[in-house]
Amino acid sequence: MASETDTTAGIEDGVRRRDFINIAAVSFAGVGAAAVVLPLVNQMNPSADVLAQSTTEIDISAIQPGQAIKTSWRKQPVFVRNLVPAEIAAAKKVPLSDLRDPQTIDERTKPGKENWLITLGVCTHLGCVPLGAAEGENRGDFGGYFCPCHGSHYDTAARIRKGPAPKNLVVPPYEFNSDTVVTIG
Amino acid sequence: MSFPWAKNYEPQQPLMKWLDEKLPLPRLVYNAIGAGYPVPRNLNYFWNFGVLAGVALVIQIVTGIVLAMHYAANAGVAFNSVEHIMRDVNAGWFIRYAHMNGASMFFIVVYLHIFRGLYYGSYKAPREMVWLLGVVIFLLMMATAFMGYVLPWGQMSFWGAQVITGFFSAIPAVGDPIRVWLLGGFAPDNAALNRFFSLHYLLPFVIAGVIILHIWALHIPGSSNPTGIEVKDEQDTVPFHPYYTAKDGFGVGVFLLLFVTLTFFSPNLLGHADNYIAANPLSTPAHIVPEWYFWPFYAILRAFTFNFLWIDAKLWGVLAMFAAIALLFFLPWLDSSPVKSSNYRPLNRIFFWVLVADVFILGWCGKSPAEQPYVLLSQLGAAYYFAHFLIILPIISRIERPLPMPNSITEAVLAKHADAPSAATA
Ligand code: HEM
Ligand code: FES
Repeated sequence: MASETDTTAGIEDGVRRRDFINIAAVSFAGVGAAAVVLPLVNQMNPSADVLAQSTTEIDISAIQPGQAIKTSWRKQPVFVRNLVPAEIAAAKKVPLSDLRDPQTIDERTKPGKENWLITLGVCTHLGCVPLGAAEGENRGDFGGYFCPCHGSHYDTAARIRKGPAPKNLVVPPYEFNSDTVVTIG
Repeated sequence: MSFPWAKNYEPQQPLMKWLDEKLPLPRLVYNAIGAGYPVPRNLNYFWNFGVLAGVALVIQIVTGIVLAMHYAANAGVAFNSVEHIMRDVNAGWFIRYAHMNGASMFFIVVYLHIFRGLYYGSYKAPREMVWLLGVVIFLLMMATAFMGYVLPWGQMSFWGAQVITGFFSAIPAVGDPIRVWLLGGFAPDNAALNRFFSLHYLLPFVIAGVIILHIWALHIPGSSNPTGIEVKDEQDTVPFHPYYTAKDGFGVGVFLLLFVTLTFFSPNLLGHADNYIAANPLSTPAHIVPEWYFWPFYAILRAFTFNFLWIDAKLWGVLAMFAAIALLFFLPWLDSSPVKSSNYRPLNRIFFWVLVADVFILGWCGKSPAEQPYVLLSQLGAAYYFAHFLIILPIISRIERPLPMPNSITEAVLAKHADAPSAATA
């Protein structure tokens, strides 16, 4: 009896003490639950050792003009291609308005080193490795790379020209340490 | 919940009486799949596939748990550990082939189960919830099978993981971070393999839980039947046991026969040879194909080769593929015909078979390389698939004149057997 009257104390303003306790307890539990979810979500992100593989040095001295090599950075394939002048000229000739993801070849290479086209070998459609880096592989309709998975064609600046891929092959962050050594990452 | 004439569980032995008072588990079984559950008397063999799906799940769980005792989820050794299962572990080849082909059998059974529902209108009131939970199970199965296929860490495993997680990068702005978060890296690797293994172990048990809800929801109105007419009185039903335990038992026998034939005589028929090559992150196989049960959806994904409105081709493909499944959630409300069974729906019956043909054509395109004529065929096939559910079905369910229907299940059954001598006395 006594407790029943207690819970209705202060009922005049429409708020019971129990309402306050209820809201406070549930909010507190909610904050606690959110605090626990945070590490559970965050553990899914790349771990420190995966991130530690973030830079790779490549020796490019052996790549002849017209050739390309395939190497890897952060477990992803990277294409390093030594363009011949005709390929650079072909890329320059394309009007930007023809491009799905408009970028000039200068934006995709380093000044003075525009023969070095360094991109990820990851098709921007669903991530297959395009063909065209190794000798004799299909380079597609535009002489760059061709992704066999769903038929994306890239040009000599590795820009998307035809097929389902939405973007150009990604140019990773990189620096020339010297004329023959590049650090990616 | 059941019909008023359902038999009551009355334990005879003292031990069963004692158990019934403390934990009425035998009573639950009796009322769910025993003599205490009345079922329409006219179910045909298409009603076997629910039980068969349950059997397939049990087979996957048993073989899977045994595989997990020998398998190592580490990108460095996963491929070799599967070869170790195949060559060194006693009967390992059998367990693995059973699990591999069990997944295919599971999908064959579930697809037949789904198309049964489409033909006989099982998705309609009062069984909408049964259907919705079924679609949830289907989604969970696809996730489970996808992650399972990654575990052997062969070329198809690796590139399947790359392509499927690539879907998420189609989401504007947050797509790439989501993909990296899902993989725990920038490409599929150890982190991804480990989490896929963990989830591949978990999801079948989640599926088992949703199956319990699915059956719970089913047992409120009870099973539908080939006429689509609801049960009216006791004459329309027979007890589940022994009638359907026997019929399902026979079906399980046939199912197991086909299953072992596949497993023993052509275990790799439905697989892909490239998955016996260890994963190589630097080289994509010339032709990436998912497992057969994903082919129709894969064809819809690839049907979009052009940007349209302000959305690019890649995002369209991904949206369309998910929409193709999500559409099934709305089916009970897209089809407004009060008649369930296509036996009495002359128009729907025709379009049902056209849809079946369309799904087969999509499947064939999904398996083929992304070139003409398959690209055009997938585009037409995908357009038809959506048109079926969004345009054709709503229209025919309004204009169609159903055939005359019998008044009850019993009347339908007796009419069918009117010529048989025994029917006169029935
Ligand atoms: C819904 C049920 C399940 C389905 C559809 C399914 C599907 C699959 C598939 C398609 C594979 C790849 C087979 C191959 O190509 O080698 C696989 C592999 C595997 N599954 Fe399952 N699975 C299921 C349940 C389970 C359960 C409950 C476990 C228990 C841990 C399990 C453990 C494994 C293991 C260890 C592998 C890798 C070994 C191998 O490749 O054969 N699975 N699963
Ligand atoms: S992944 Fe390259 S075209 Fe689809």
